[in-house]
Amino acid sequence: MAAAEFGWLGLSFMNSRKERNRPAKTESIVTAGSVERFTPGTVTAVPVGQFYLACLGDGSFLALSRTCTHLGCSVPWDEEKNKFVCPCHGSTFSLTGEVLTAPAPRPLDTYPVRIENGIVKVDTSVTQKRERFEPAQATRI
Amino acid sequence: MKQSRRSITDLILHLHPHTVPRETLRVSLSWGLGGMAAVLVGLLFLTGILQLFVYQSSVHQAYASVLILTREVPFGLWVRNIHHWSANLLVVAAVLHLLRVALTGAFGQGRRLNWVVGLFLLFLLLSANFTGYLLPWDQLAYWAVTICTSMLGYIPICGPWLLELFRGGSEIGGPTLANFFVLHVAFIPGSLFVLMLWHFWLVRRAGGLVQVKKDEQVPVDRVPTVPDLVVREAAFGLLLIAFVLILAIVWDAPLLEQANPGMSPNPAKAPWYFLGFQELLLHLHPVFATLVWPLMGALAFLCVPFWADSSLPTGVWFGSARGRTLAVWTSAVGAGATLALVLTDNLLLQSAAPVSNTLMTRGLLPTGLLIALLAGLYFLLVRKLKYTRAETVMAGIILTLVVLTACTIIGVWFRGPEMHLSWP
Repeated sequence: MAAAEFGWLGLSFMNSRKERNRPAKTESIVTAGSVERFTPGTVTAVPVGQFYLACLGDGSFLALSRTCTHLGCSVPWDEEKNKFVCPCHGSTFSLTGEVLTAPAPRPLDTYPVRIENGIVKVDTSVTQKRERFEPAQATRI
Repeated sequence: MKQSRRSITDLILHLHPHTVPRETLRVSLSWGLGGMAAVLVGLLFLTGILQLFVYQSSVHQAYASVLILTREVPFGLWVRNIHHWSANLLVVAAVLHLLRVALTGAFGQGRRLNWVVGLFLLFLLLSANFTGYLLPWDQLAYWAVTICTSMLGYIPICGPWLLELFRGGSEIGGPTLANFFVLHVAFIPGSLFVLMLWHFWLVRRAGGLVQVKKDEQVPVDRVPTVPDLVVREAAFGLLLIAFVLILAIVWDAPLLEQANPGMSPNPAKAPWYFLGFQELLLHLHPVFATLVWPLMGALAFLCVPFWADSSLPTGVWFGSARGRTLAVWTSAVGAGATLALVLTDNLLLQSAAPVSNTLMTRGLLPTGLLIALLAGLYFLLVRKLKYTRAETVMAGIILTLVVLTACTIIGVWFRGPEMHLSWP
């Protein structure tokens, strides 16, 4: 009984820490650069926003999270192999963030992209989960 | 003088009985593994307290304080190394102790509860090692903890809640470090201490170590604890301490660069005692690798003493010569099969296109096959080859540990960049 009560008390103490550290849900817009800077079929890392901006073959844009959907490692873009390769468990992802090799269970998460006056802007406060890539997820001019 | 010696003897006799059966002093019965584990815990307590004087548990100061400890504090590097090596050896000693208990039939009648307490102790010391891993706040620490806490997220229903509870938020940061620090220096050592006392007392209540069952008419040959048992314990303990101290002079505990949340090292490996599980992660769906399989294993280990006739005859290694042969065969077949499975699945993973329904192909299917295989092996051993249930259970325990060991060896030496198979 006492052990259970102490356990519950401990959990609620730990839980209160979690509530306090929840980031405020404010919009945080990161400017990635003007549209002309990006060549179709390339990936650019945006260190300020901790994401990758993928410029797809048709010139549309996807902002990809750099966190592997398997267990949270940071995924680097491999220019030569033309894919993302996770160093921890070997998952690979395509330019559009789709899984090429397991064990990752779903594509890389994305952030909403807006293009205003030819400038690419990404809202990093909203993480969008998806099951597969669909062209509608990419933003066009 | 006499008075003080008397009081020390009395203290020892609080933990030990006055006399012990001569037979249980035999080194080859227990190899002193439980005692070694206790000595290592003692070393960990002492070196841990020393490090607390220097270490600072905040994100900005943790790494710097470890650098100060290793570079400026007199003997700081040595003390940190002793802590590191004791912790690693403790995992080895505790697992070998578990194996010894299983192989000498020491979880039967009268010792069931102690087997359960022992498993909880094993769980606690793995948690202690794991929470300690984060504290230096270097690359090794940061990414190992990222991976391990992410695993919690796959637990159905309460997973995401648990994940945020341990991290103290959605990301790894200051609150995570603070949580892990409290668990590592207060909660886990406290629980460990209480459970260890209980563990020792339960051994004493069960009449000391296991011995061969004999005719009850013949009186047991007993010797006094002081000095016969105590000098042996002291000799073993001091030898072990000397060994650890030398180890800590020769090899330094690893410390990589400061944690960088933007870049995972390649390959990013968990501490070696979790690499067996990391190997599972490469082959199975995360829910099965992080939850279903470990849970099945843990439940089986917890329940095994409560299955009638599951314990071997007491005090004889492997129960009999026939049991020993079975153990050797199980180890060889288990290691070979693990290697074959890992290599085959590696080929499959590289050649095949990504499969969408991995929950089925890499989760339910292998689990079903595993259960069918174990049931088949049980049938074969008990019905066809006429082994006893206890011998079959022993084979199962050996098989589990051999598979885990084989996966650990592959993980430590044969996984290179991006966790591809490679030569060391």
